[in-house]
Amino acid sequence: MVIYLTRRLLTMALTLLAISVLVFIIIQLPPGDYLSTYLAELESQGETLSAEKIEFLRAQYGLDKSLVEQYLVWAWGLVHGDLGYSFEYGLPVTDVVGDRLYLSLVLNFATIVFVYAVSFPIGVYSATHQYSWGDHGLTFIGFIGLATPNFLLALVLLYAANVAFGTSIGGLMDPEFIDQPWTVDKALSVLEHLWVPVIVIGTSGTAGMIRRLRANLLDELQKQYVVTARAKGLSESRLLIKYPLRMALNPFIADIGSLLPQIISGAVIVSAVMSLPTTGPMLLSALQSQDMYLAGSFLMFLGLLTVVGMFLSDVLLALLDPRIRLEGGIKR
Amino acid sequence: MTDKLEHVVCNDPFDPMVVKPLTAMQERYYMASAWRMMWWRFKRHRLAVFAGIVLLLSYASIFIVEFLAPYNLQTRNTDFIFSPPQTVRIFDKGQLRTPFVYPYTYTLNMETLKREYTEDKSRPQTVRFFCRGDSYRFWGLFDSNVHLICPPENGTLFLLGTDRLGRDMASRLLYGGRISLTVGLIGITISFILGISIGGAAGYFGGWVDKSVQRVIEVLRSLPELPLWMALSAALPVTWSPVLIYFGITIILGLLDWPGLARAVRSKLLSLREEDYVVAARLMGASPRHIIARHLLPNFSSHLIASLTLSVPSMILGETALSFLGLGLRPPITSWGVLLSEAQNIEAVALYPWLLFPMLPVVIVVLGFNFLGDGLRDAADPYR
Repeated sequence: MVIYLTRRLLTMALTLLAISVLVFIIIQLPPGDYLSTYLAELESQGETLSAEKIEFLRAQYGLDKSLVEQYLVWAWGLVHGDLGYSFEYGLPVTDVVGDRLYLSLVLNFATIVFVYAVSFPIGVYSATHQYSWGDHGLTFIGFIGLATPNFLLALVLLYAANVAFGTSIGGLMDPEFIDQPWTVDKALSVLEHLWVPVIVIGTSGTAGMIRRLRANLLDELQKQYVVTARAKGLSESRLLIKYPLRMALNPFIADIGSLLPQIISGAVIVSAVMSLPTTGPMLLSALQSQDMYLAGSFLMFLGLLTVVGMFLSDVLLALLDPRIRLEGGIKR
Repeated sequence: MTDKLEHVVCNDPFDPMVVKPLTAMQERYYMASAWRMMWWRFKRHRLAVFAGIVLLLSYASIFIVEFLAPYNLQTRNTDFIFSPPQTVRIFDKGQLRTPFVYPYTYTLNMETLKREYTEDKSRPQTVRFFCRGDSYRFWGLFDSNVHLICPPENGTLFLLGTDRLGRDMASRLLYGGRISLTVGLIGITISFILGISIGGAAGYFGGWVDKSVQRVIEVLRSLPELPLWMALSAALPVTWSPVLIYFGITIILGLLDWPGLARAVRSKLLSLREEDYVVAARLMGASPRHIIARHLLPNFSSHLIASLTLSVPSMILGETALSFLGLGLRPPITSWGVLLSEAQNIEAVALYPWLLFPMLPVVIVVLGFNFLGDGLRDAADPYR
């Protein structure tokens, strides 16, 4: 187990390194560096900077160094919690971001809990009642859920809420709590508002999860040991819980690898549509104004979230399934 | 049953060369090629066939959009801004007649400042078919003004309402399909080429090539797709022309999609390259490229087609999401996502819900590709 853990930790570190390089490349992609944009903006306002001042700024931001050095400075800062400098806001990224990272975390976590809580019973029902009306109905709803992009679902829900109740269901807390320090009331208010985006983001993930769990469980149910157990007189429910369910649960947890990026992607766009105070809208506006350091930090954060989430799921899987532990590697 | 079967010995002379002749039906069945078998299995999948027909029709429609749409893409009806959809009816005061619409009369409600359109039931206007309307240049070849369906003389025909500039939503939807439907195809071509060559190399050579490709795939797959798409398309220079942006977006969509395909190709190749006929080809001096392309790829091309079909929807959705957020395609290029970006704020949606209509073709096309892909995958699987 220790060997497995260290190996897994090492791959995680390497993956993060690769992601950081990728993010840095993306930051550098737009033509011109930040300073030239800034100078052009100043010029349009009729101000000019002296050549020395420009040189000073260039050195200050490390723009006179080679790309590799710039990357090292940036990555070193990341490790120390220094996320860089938002040029649009004129503030360090850490100050701009505020609570958003935590709220993103809460939103994504709640969505995962929702996906598991809903898809598990439905998937088991669908598999044990294969080709029944309930199964067909649920499969059909699942297909619709897979095909409807979640931001459109968000729009429709917003519209429906507006028609039915005449209120807006956007936002993540009651207006009076915005920019207030955290209290119990504020936390409760967040919980009250959380369910709508959670359902919207979780729908397609849930639909996919139900399909996979159903397929896995169906495979298991056709195996010989199930027939044997049934022939020996085990009751249906006990039979189900004792063997096939445990086997089918395995890919259920391993699937977090494909679920997590999907949910994080969904959270970004749904947050932008429903104007939630998470990383989504800010990433969008940062990208629109090409404030690349801010956008880069958000990308890095989302990548980190995914990689750590996958690491946790792999550890969980290893605890659950001795076969993986003993082989010392993951087979997917 | 306790009675034992009687023991029978046949005394007829045994001739091993006698073969029961096959009937024509059996012959057709046993001699069928793999593709024909796949087609037979596919035909049994009703839903997939239906989805395939729907998709074929929608792709066929993008060739003759100018003819199908009642208005041109940019035709503005300044007297009918945010007009709600008009219903085509065939019953006027209980009497059957040729399809017609009631014209709208427009009033501005001074209290709510809302535009209000009321149907004028006294003047039914007959809708025209195969008629002359807005003139267009068909594919840059010849000028024409024939449309399948036109507004009545001196009247209007807004099947799905109009937008903030008084442009007909139904026509814009048809034109938007031209962009939205092709984005997926171009993107998938790029991802197909990348996936086949990278996955093929990893699967065939194995060893360190395989290992490094695996690592790269793992990193790419552990990244949330949409934020990455967003970042890359935001990095496209603002100075580019809309056409360049269109190609830029399709390339971005294709560049991040190949890992799934590469992985499938690799695992198939890993098992296939141990087959005897591959060894035989290698011994005869065939190059790796020749072996992969000539002997290995045809073996799972049906699987490839199925998995390609299943990954087109994600591209269409990706383009829609990006354009919706304002990071993808921009007007004057019109795609379903660009149309939906008009419905971005909740006020617009609450007042003019018909702006949400572009959702419908998106959902239909995505569902269609999913059903078609499922059917193809089942048909391509020989072990069923």
